[in-house]
Amino acid sequence: MLLDIASWALILLGGAFCITGAIGLLRMPDFFTRMHAASIIDTLGAAFILMGLILQAGFSLVTVKLIAIGILLFLTSPVATHALARAALARGVQPMLAKGDVSSNS
Amino acid sequence: MFAAAAAALLVTLSLALVRAFRGPTVFDRVVAANSIGTVAVLLLAVIGFLTGRPDFLDLALVYGLLNVVGTIAVLKFFHFGDLGEPGDEEGA
Repeated sequence: MLLDIASWALILLGGAFCITGAIGLLRMPDFFTRMHAASIIDTLGAAFILMGLILQAGFSLVTVKLIAIGILLFLTSPVATHALARAALARGVQPMLAKGDVSSNS
Repeated sequence: MFAAAAAALLVTLSLALVRAFRGPTVFDRVVAANSIGTVAVLLLAVIGFLTGRPDFLDLALVYGLLNVVGTIAVLKFFHFGDLGEPGDEEGA
């Protein structure tokens, strides 16, 4: 019973973090801050939902697959975000340094 | 409970889609596409649990792999202008 409550809480918390990241993705003024908001979905949202599902599945092959997905996301999302930042900087996307600084893409 | 998680993920998906449409630069769209990919992986896992079918997790794993490779390819295209020909840089 306790396990169910714990997995409930984890999954709903993960969903809440996903929504927070998505709202940040929309409301952030600049590209690099949006990228920061999007990484919240990758890290916190995914981790909590996967942990909640692992609690739900217990010791089985499903848990091994969930851990594999967790490791995949853990390793590849930083790579994608890094490549994204480099490509954006190389293509001249200027970060917005001061408040109200009208960068090219705000 | 899984339905609540799936609903939360669908809301996240739609917000990321709005950013994909509005994003002024192409890199905003790539950020949105990356987030949509991750949320799709989670949605597949949750729906796998919702319908009691463990094989959805394999789909989620493969989708996660494809998502990263696709993002890196798109970024390489927008970074260097083209994806390059085989044996381009070896000579130089």
